[in-house]
Amino acid sequence: MRFGVIVFPGTYSDGDCYHVLERVFYQKVEYVWHKETNLSDYDCLILPGGFSYGDYLRTGAIARFSPVMGEVENFAAQGKLVLGICNGFQTLCEAGLLPGALIRNSHLQFRCQWTHLRVDNTSTPFSQACSPGQVLRIPMAHGEGFYYADEATLMELEEEGRIVFRYSSPSGEITQDANPNGSLRNIAGIVNKEGNVLGMMPHPERSCEEMLGGADGRFIFESILDYVIHKVS
Amino acid sequence: MPVSKEALDEIALSEDEYRLIVERLGREPNPLELGMFGALWSEHCGYKHSKPLLELLPASGPRVLVPPGEENAGVIDIGDGLAVVMKIESHNHPSAIEPYQGAATGVGGIVRDIFAMGARPMALLNSLRFGPLGERRNRYLFQGVVGGISAYGNCIGVPDVGGEVLFSPSYSENPLVNAMCVGLVETKKLVKAGAKGVGNLLMLVGADTGRDGIHGASGLASRTFEEERELRSAVQVGNPFLEKVLIELCLQIADTDYITGLQDLGAAGLTSATVECAARAGSGVVIDIAKVPRREKGMNPYEVMLSESQERMLIVVKRGCEDKVKAILERWDLPSAIIGYVTDDGMARVLDEGKVVAEVSVQILTDPPLYRKEGVEPEWLKPLQTMNLDHLPDLPDEASQVLLKLLSSPNIASKEWIYRQYDHHVQTNTVIPPGADAAVLRIKGTKKAIALTTDGNGRYCYLDPRWGGAMAVAEAARNLVCSGAQPLAITDCLNFGNPERPDVYYQLEECILGMAEACEVLQIPVVSGNVSLYNETRGQAVYPTPVIGMVGMVEDVHHICTMGFKDDGDIVLLLGAGEAEAGVSSALSGSEYLELIHEVVGGRPTIDLSLERRVQQCCLTAIEEGLLKSAHDCSDGGLAVALAESCIVGSIGFSGDWVMEGRRDAQLLGESPSRIVASVEPQNLAKLEEMAQSCGVPLRKLGGVGGKRFIVKEIWDLPLEKIEEAWRGGLEKALG
Repeated sequence: MRFGVIVFPGTYSDGDCYHVLERVFYQKVEYVWHKETNLSDYDCLILPGGFSYGDYLRTGAIARFSPVMGEVENFAAQGKLVLGICNGFQTLCEAGLLPGALIRNSHLQFRCQWTHLRVDNTSTPFSQACSPGQVLRIPMAHGEGFYYADEATLMELEEEGRIVFRYSSPSGEITQDANPNGSLRNIAGIVNKEGNVLGMMPHPERSCEEMLGGADGRFIFESILDYVIHKVS
Repeated sequence: MPVSKEALDEIALSEDEYRLIVERLGREPNPLELGMFGALWSEHCGYKHSKPLLELLPASGPRVLVPPGEENAGVIDIGDGLAVVMKIESHNHPSAIEPYQGAATGVGGIVRDIFAMGARPMALLNSLRFGPLGERRNRYLFQGVVGGISAYGNCIGVPDVGGEVLFSPSYSENPLVNAMCVGLVETKKLVKAGAKGVGNLLMLVGADTGRDGIHGASGLASRTFEEERELRSAVQVGNPFLEKVLIELCLQIADTDYITGLQDLGAAGLTSATVECAARAGSGVVIDIAKVPRREKGMNPYEVMLSESQERMLIVVKRGCEDKVKAILERWDLPSAIIGYVTDDGMARVLDEGKVVAEVSVQILTDPPLYRKEGVEPEWLKPLQTMNLDHLPDLPDEASQVLLKLLSSPNIASKEWIYRQYDHHVQTNTVIPPGADAAVLRIKGTKKAIALTTDGNGRYCYLDPRWGGAMAVAEAARNLVCSGAQPLAITDCLNFGNPERPDVYYQLEECILGMAEACEVLQIPVVSGNVSLYNETRGQAVYPTPVIGMVGMVEDVHHICTMGFKDDGDIVLLLGAGEAEAGVSSALSGSEYLELIHEVVGGRPTIDLSLERRVQQCCLTAIEEGLLKSAHDCSDGGLAVALAESCIVGSIGFSGDWVMEGRRDAQLLGESPSRIVASVEPQNLAKLEEMAQSCGVPLRKLGGVGGKRFIVKEIWDLPLEKIEEAWRGGLEKALG
């Protein structure tokens, strides 16, 4: 399958995503410049982390107006997979492809650390390789990862099983101590109504090789590969 | 003299220097020309006091591709067609005035030095010094600096993987903020910063030029610090997003054959960038400042030439290739301007709408007078060095409080509060993250990894500048060795007071001599660096503080070693020995323990460099042969702190039962160098003993790994949580 990694000015995890897809999973992968408007070649798009346009106005607020974003919307509407990581998640929220917003961490500091994520829905294309309740250890690095949405949206997300990852203790308890940024309901990753667009704050691409301290990020990429290959065949 | 002393003071030139300029030019310089001299003859750009001393440092070696001073950064060969580019730089004075932007732009500046050579910046480190956190202003400076580094470094996607932070009253008025950057480049793609090729074009890209930072090099960096708060306009404001765009853009351009040189605009802005480019290539330059895009109207030639607006790069474009370069710039929506061209007449000619406003020989501009002064040992030094420490009471039988106090001292406590604010994972190379003796980053596509550290103990150098300088080099190398790396090269930042004072000059000279000796013995060249002099306020200089940034190489990334104890039953050993093992009070010289518990800064730290070399060789060989399960350098806080840290990081206890001779405080808390705490599996002990013996290195069995307590017979018996709590929480507690 073929992945496209979207690059905005200020994106910096593009190279990391590319590396993992090419060197760890041996997939075809291309960079997609933000001015590109033809995405027909790809099976899955990744919006990687970074500080697009410096995040100067609001995270992802300028990137969402890049020419490529209109096509990302069409791409998603066709049911193809879109994964937004960190700044990519923020941009997807700004673009309205995912509900809610990512605001300043409750402690007001940038935080780079390993987190534990409990997988609360294993039937999405991004988590189907996980077992129910599995706890993944994946690092995060952000200053604005506090997931916020109004009560009605949160209820809807809960009821529809769209909260895929929650910050948890190593054994899977959802506690405030395990919440690194103040996110409501410890939300670390959600999907859209259709289930084909996922946004998550932690960085799975940074944890696909044991040498780097852990390889649980592989579950997410393996899920995507299984899903797409199965669908195609 | 047609120029007042006040006007000369403003640009930090002496009257004698002014006379020399007139003599060499054969005429009076006009105000713009004088400003250019002020900048280029400043200590910051011209190294007029330090250059004769810096030449004492060994700079050559089989792996050195670009020696110091020749380019924007030093370059070493790591094989496989790859080279590492490294440089450290200070931003002390800007950070003292405006800590957030001062530190942020310090990061920006050092990163530009690296990608100006065509290398991708792959790691940042920071070496910081502040006054005690008990004082409100110091907390403000500390938090501002960390915030600035975090904001800038995180935004450009370069992992911040290490460094150090130390606190001492000596730095209260004058914090030190040194930033180091390391980059990776294919050797054949290295870019030089020369204005080569007559007729080639000088293209300015990046930010518009504003009035910020004028006199940064001459005013801020090259004199003492009495009227600091009036100099706020000399501090620049950073734009990390633009920097990130410049990184990608310049690396893309560096990959073409459209250019002959790349140069960043740092201290002294356009003046130093153009003149130094010409000097390197032995050429001349003509620039028309009317072509320079401005941030504001009404700027005069002087302001344009000396502005230190950040995030600007000068590209030397081959004539005829300008449209191709512009096409790349357009992709990034970045404006550019062709502001001049290269000549062969050796002159730096500045025009304003075609009219000549300055015309000076490049050679004269870049050839400041060099001063070789006579240093004088300060009178206070001998009494401090010979201070008798015998009268101090030894550790009592129950000394828990002493250990806990040391572990929670901000100088020793975990620095996680800082580095968790820095993205240290981005680029997916970080194998050993911050918090260890050295950070280790893999080199993708090879089996290799590089190890990085910064070190420097101002207190040791204050008590003995010669040995202190040597110890800084030795400790940096020891840190790399403990992670399994062979030290390769140094970039140094020398933070001192006013060199025009004989006592400070003495410290500078002695310290460089000590560093040079250690570099010779350990065979590590200095490939780049920076001096920051005039770090003093009201006649009080900071501790002489050389910061050693060092890069080492791990041949096989699978053979790295970490500091935490691993498994129950492993044997803990001390590799190496010093005065501490003799149990004499002089082992406490300059220690953190002495200052923290007894409020004494005294004694004379020393080092046996030949032993140091043997200890490092033995440790590295043992790691490479897979004998060691952990290795951790004994430094601040001595053996006790090293053992405690190995327990905390490994989440496993230690029980020590070795027989101590003489003073227990000296043995446990003395900071004698050349010592490493290591652990081995019992079946490997004999092999290690044999290896140590053949290396001529003392090896002492201290105890065993296991349990959940930290035990040193008859002195300490504490639960692991207790020492962990002190160590992990110390810094945050000090911040209140």
